[in-house]
Amino acid sequence: MYLYDEIDQRIVDERVRQYRDQTRRFLAGKLSEDDFRPLRLQNGLYIQRYAPMLRVAIPYGLLSTRQLRKLAHIARRYDRGYGHFSTRQNIQYNWPKLEESPDILAELAEVQMHAIQTSGNCVRNITTDHFAGIAPDEIVDSFVWCELVRQWSTFHPEFAYLPRKFKIAVNGATHDRAATFVHDIGLHAIRDERGEIGFRVIVGGGLGRTPVIGHVIREFLPWRHLLTYLDAILRVYNRYGRRDNKYKARIKILVRERTPEVFAREVEAEWEHLKDGPATLIGEEVARIESRFTRPQYADLPAEDAGYDTARATEPAFSAWVRRNVHPHKVRGYAAVTISLKRNGVPPGDATADEMDAIADLADRYSFAELRVTHEQNLVLADVRKADLHTLWQELRALGLATPNVGLLTNIIACPGGDFCSLANAKSIPVALAIQERFDDLDYLHDIGELDLNISGCINACGHHHVGHIGILGVDKGGEEWYQITIGGNQGPTHPTRDGAKAAIGKIIGPSFARAQIPDVVERLIACYLDHRDSDAERFVDTVGRIGIEPFKQRVYGAGGVPGGKSGNDRAAETLVA
Amino acid sequence: MSPLLRAREVVEDRWMRLGIDDPVESCADVLVPLARWQKEREALLARPARVGVLLGPADNPAAIAGDVDRLALIAVDFPHFTDGRGYSTARLLRERYGYQGELRAVGDILRDQVFYLKRVGFDTFALRADQDPEDAKKALDDFSEAYQTSVDRPQPLFRRRLA
Repeated sequence: MYLYDEIDQRIVDERVRQYRDQTRRFLAGKLSEDDFRPLRLQNGLYIQRYAPMLRVAIPYGLLSTRQLRKLAHIARRYDRGYGHFSTRQNIQYNWPKLEESPDILAELAEVQMHAIQTSGNCVRNITTDHFAGIAPDEIVDSFVWCELVRQWSTFHPEFAYLPRKFKIAVNGATHDRAATFVHDIGLHAIRDERGEIGFRVIVGGGLGRTPVIGHVIREFLPWRHLLTYLDAILRVYNRYGRRDNKYKARIKILVRERTPEVFAREVEAEWEHLKDGPATLIGEEVARIESRFTRPQYADLPAEDAGYDTARATEPAFSAWVRRNVHPHKVRGYAAVTISLKRNGVPPGDATADEMDAIADLADRYSFAELRVTHEQNLVLADVRKADLHTLWQELRALGLATPNVGLLTNIIACPGGDFCSLANAKSIPVALAIQERFDDLDYLHDIGELDLNISGCINACGHHHVGHIGILGVDKGGEEWYQITIGGNQGPTHPTRDGAKAAIGKIIGPSFARAQIPDVVERLIACYLDHRDSDAERFVDTVGRIGIEPFKQRVYGAGGVPGGKSGNDRAAETLVA
Repeated sequence: MSPLLRAREVVEDRWMRLGIDDPVESCADVLVPLARWQKEREALLARPARVGVLLGPADNPAAIAGDVDRLALIAVDFPHFTDGRGYSTARLLRERYGYQGELRAVGDILRDQVFYLKRVGFDTFALRADQDPEDAKKALDDFSEAYQTSVDRPQPLFRRRLA
């Protein structure tokens, strides 16, 4: 956990004071809605369908239990007793009062938290691998670099009014668990032949209306130059990114219009001026940031634990949970545990205040009082002794938090959708719940194997549907809610044992469906996959890659397909051909 | 008339803002758009009074890089405060082209942006007419610290911490 020093704290406190004054002026009629909107957005406050929505930053997804308890308290005191963990590793409250939002920020500041730049056309929360610092394939601890980038981006005076929002992801391991190819900037930590740390720089990826896989514009950027290079990229974007059309304002459009090669040359030319300037990082600063992170005091443990091995061998339910929700750790005798927030009957990513408190208690007892939020909207206890896994599982089970579905079809990523969001064309939560209900047989789910199913309620793609192995997109047709299906998307090469799983955008299978048809559609896609897979080691997405989408289309739309499957001409299909 | 804030004082604006074709009075300090500067540069410099250039959000400050020592004022227009191009323009003028004179933010200049504007190198602010200049003055101190390098404090916080 990064601990603020006096200056970090002062900046956050001064932000609370500034925002309180802005809100006061707005409520007093001295600040117009138009003038206030960009200000409140840069503090995470949206005006939503029914109420404001407040998005609180969880920098790179890392939380202390003290902070989680504060989030629970805020849910109880200012909201309706729950919060929604988002794909940006943040938490959102759906029912706060505008007048109380400064008080919420003041409470957050007490535990070194804030809502700075969680929305608006600025650099957003930096995201990373939820196994940072513990992954066996670690190259660097990406938290340290995320914090450096967080400080650089916090109130950066030149880049507060960009053409559009700007998302940066950092990956510090061999395998990309941070979806760096679908961010405005993706940074891959690597080491050169002399062992020096640097970054592969990827720009112009993104989802939304125009899904694009990012381009590598620099293979190796020595770490000292990280911030000046970011300045150069952002400056080129700030000056030349389109501002005439918000749908063409993301950096991916600029990169595409100029071509990645030309864009890269412009960045390099800009960087020539900034390189070795005062923003050049120094070893002392990296060491200082590193030293402000608390580190678990690991015990020297044996690699294996007999009790754990026995429980795994004798208790199938525990074993199933271990297989899906327990992950390897670089320190001997420890493991990481995912607490799935994808339970039947609960909107994906939601947790109640009581659950947050209970999870905080478990993290205190079993995982050094820290936890992480994943971009799949789950929570991770990163440092659990193998010897404690069985007890922890029993306690999670008693809380209804031991769903063994990480990586499986029911581990659905979904945006809040039309139930809350004023941008949405369609609801996403009821679709997720209906699919979870249909696929409630765990043995069947395990047989299907790894499958990412992602749902977005509109083309803004907050539910990352483009990179779901199965993607579901809500579309509006003449005022009705319809859903378009894509298959073959992939968020990146996240699975070390498999080749050929590069980041990819899913392909549309055909005309869209009514909400009630979606479980049938998914069922037929799965049946088609099970018929065609060459072994149970071949995942759904690999089968799609091998045989193409045609057999899946046949199964869904052909004879014996989904009843009423053809919905006639489909405007939605056009929107993705960009 | 928009209030003009300079060095934390509300001052009278003595500059005459000219369009592309407005007649030039010989003794007035004039602020002209970039296009006019490029067309009438020598004539404007030959006058006894001072001359300044107004840059639009899309204007490239490199166009006046060689002239910065001859200009008594450079103004950067923000047609809407959410158009942030002028922030980059300001830093380029100060940091790359070495402009030392008055750098003025004009247009949709509101109290809640002056802190950022100050940091990228603006030293005068032609506030939107409805803005309270006293309030804007206070906003210059919204934050006592900042992480990044900036024109008003070139050493980033991480270097100053070492000092």
